Amino acid sequence: MAPTINWALDLLVGWVGLSIPPDAAVGYVLAALVQVGMILNLAAVGGLVFIWLERKIAGRIQDRLGPTRVGGRFGWLQTVADGLKLLTKEDLMPTSADSLLFRVAPYIGVAASVAAFVALPFAGGPHPFVVQRLDIAVFFVLAVLGLEVFSIILAGYSSASKWSLFGAMREAAQVVSYEVPLGLCAVVPVMLAGSMDLVTVGDVQRGGFWNWHVLNDPFTLIVFCVYFTCATASVNRAPFDLAEAESELVGGFHTEYSGMRWSFFFLAEYSSMLLVSLLAAILFLGAWHGPVPLGMNGEGWLGSVVGLGVANYLGNLLGLACLMTKGVFLVIIMMWVRWSMPRLRIDQVMTTCLKYCTPLAAVCFLGATAWQAAFPAGLLWRPPTPGLVEISEQKTSPGGAAARSQGREPLEAIGYALPPLRGFSTEAPQ
Amino acid sequence: MIWHSVLFTLFAAIACGFAMAVVFTSNVVRMAFYLVISLSATSGLFFLAGADFVGAMQLMIYVGGTLVLLIFGVMLTAQQRFVQMRPSRSEVLLAGLLGAALLVLLASAAVGVPTWRGSGPKAAALDEPPLTATPIALGLLGFRVDGDPDDGQNRAGYLLPFEIISVHLLVVLVGAAYLARTRLTAGSLAQQPPGGFEQDAAEDRIAEVEAIAADSPGTEGPPT
Repeated sequence: MAPTINWALDLLVGWVGLSIPPDAAVGYVLAALVQVGMILNLAAVGGLVFIWLERKIAGRIQDRLGPTRVGGRFGWLQTVADGLKLLTKEDLMPTSADSLLFRVAPYIGVAASVAAFVALPFAGGPHPFVVQRLDIAVFFVLAVLGLEVFSIILAGYSSASKWSLFGAMREAAQVVSYEVPLGLCAVVPVMLAGSMDLVTVGDVQRGGFWNWHVLNDPFTLIVFCVYFTCATASVNRAPFDLAEAESELVGGFHTEYSGMRWSFFFLAEYSSMLLVSLLAAILFLGAWHGPVPLGMNGEGWLGSVVGLGVANYLGNLLGLACLMTKGVFLVIIMMWVRWSMPRLRIDQVMTTCLKYCTPLAAVCFLGATAWQAAFPAGLLWRPPTPGLVEISEQKTSPGGAAARSQGREPLEAIGYALPPLRGFSTEAPQ
Repeated sequence: MIWHSVLFTLFAAIACGFAMAVVFTSNVVRMAFYLVISLSATSGLFFLAGADFVGAMQLMIYVGGTLVLLIFGVMLTAQQRFVQMRPSRSEVLLAGLLGAALLVLLASAAVGVPTWRGSGPKAAALDEPPLTATPIALGLLGFRVDGDPDDGQNRAGYLLPFEIISVHLLVVLVGAAYLARTRLTAGSLAQQPPGGFEQDAAEDRIAEVEAIAADSPGTEGPPT
């Protein structure tokens, strides 16, 4: 993106006789600002929409209408009205609170959940929509997502209130436990794709819904369910929202917060919901590829048009729409679960994690590995992933130019070549 | 590129500044929080150097794992009189000596980096692309890349011994957790036979602390 911006700027300042080289710093700064702005807006606007959606869904499930008045027929502007109300509320802090940590805590949560979007691709192919394509994107997203717990622990501790402290301790115990099955579940699609790069993980699922990792074998179907359960728990949603159990802990970790600081916790919660849902869609549900193959040789979808220019861009936009549809669908399921299920007790939460989710994830991991060794081509016939070859070729030609200009060599050019795993064939039997 | 230097200076300043803040503050909880920032800035340095995997490892293991447990422990133990640390003079002296010795060691190692000695044949090593994996690391992952590939030896690497050691360590940890488990009264032990100790220990701990914080010593443990 930066060379393009520099090229456009060069065209502009060319009128007055100046020139800007393609690797000028100004292009990188502008590109970074644009990308950060887009991600922040995704989190903020996503929060606005999801809070409204949550009210509507809660209303429907409880046989009422939800917001109906603000901003027209469906109450579209209800969240904006809520935001204005929160802005005008008095900002209170308990006198015995640790003032520094009390102030900092809400921002840590927002920063962690927004930072994880940096490595999340929104469309794939040779020119993916991603801020920073990392070779270890899955790992990065999970690592950054784990930092969000600090916000809740620090908020709970610094409030100097026993309700807050209870909430924070429950949250710490819960998050540390649920990271284990969550990581185990994320390993399975990584193993199927043979890469921790989310763009590659998404692109090996091209073709049709029968190529999606969730339908690869029975074990991955269970792994997807376990992942979704653990993701719900790790973003602190009902029925796992022990940290803010208002029936017993007043408000849990945010008991002492009011106004905008309080709303930052919810911004972080809703953007993390979107994040884990998008990650689930990329890992298991075919990412940006549609359910039926269209276009390119009958094996790609419109979202994976190979080539440069407008066609590729439009294809990527379609892929983006497809991915967002899947992500929002999963978020809606989380809301549906929240308003249908009663909250678990703390011992039930720990039992669910340690006695059910972790063993199930471990067994399914072994099962998926064995299945992959027995049926390397999957249960149904699977095209021998032509996209991977195209991408690795593209990476060294035009698409790799941007990577090289940032001083990063393509992965294949450095290090040792890995020999293929014994017993694992990279080609499907004909 | 100058932006690299600017970002490096920024991250390094954050890492060093908050590392010093860890030393100079006397509040235990703030110490833990400053350590979070310092270690996160260190992972930023790794990302800046292009070592994405090490950076993410730093975030996941040190920041997300160790420090969560550290803050958890601090939260449980740092009640009223333990929140502020007041080290004695001899402790300060000992810690200062140890710190100075480590600083000398680190400084000599840093000065000893060959590529920092200006131009010359060793500085040319900078132009070579950095390796992302070393033979020993690949050996631990199950691939031997050292030596002649056609010498007919077993080239399976050290994955199996590595995994056996890992499982062994896990068993040791589980055993330690079992031995260190808080012994309850005879009555509650009879009701709760050993087994599922990790979960029980966590629950017991939470129940205990909730009981302490709620100032009601009669609180019973959670039903199992």
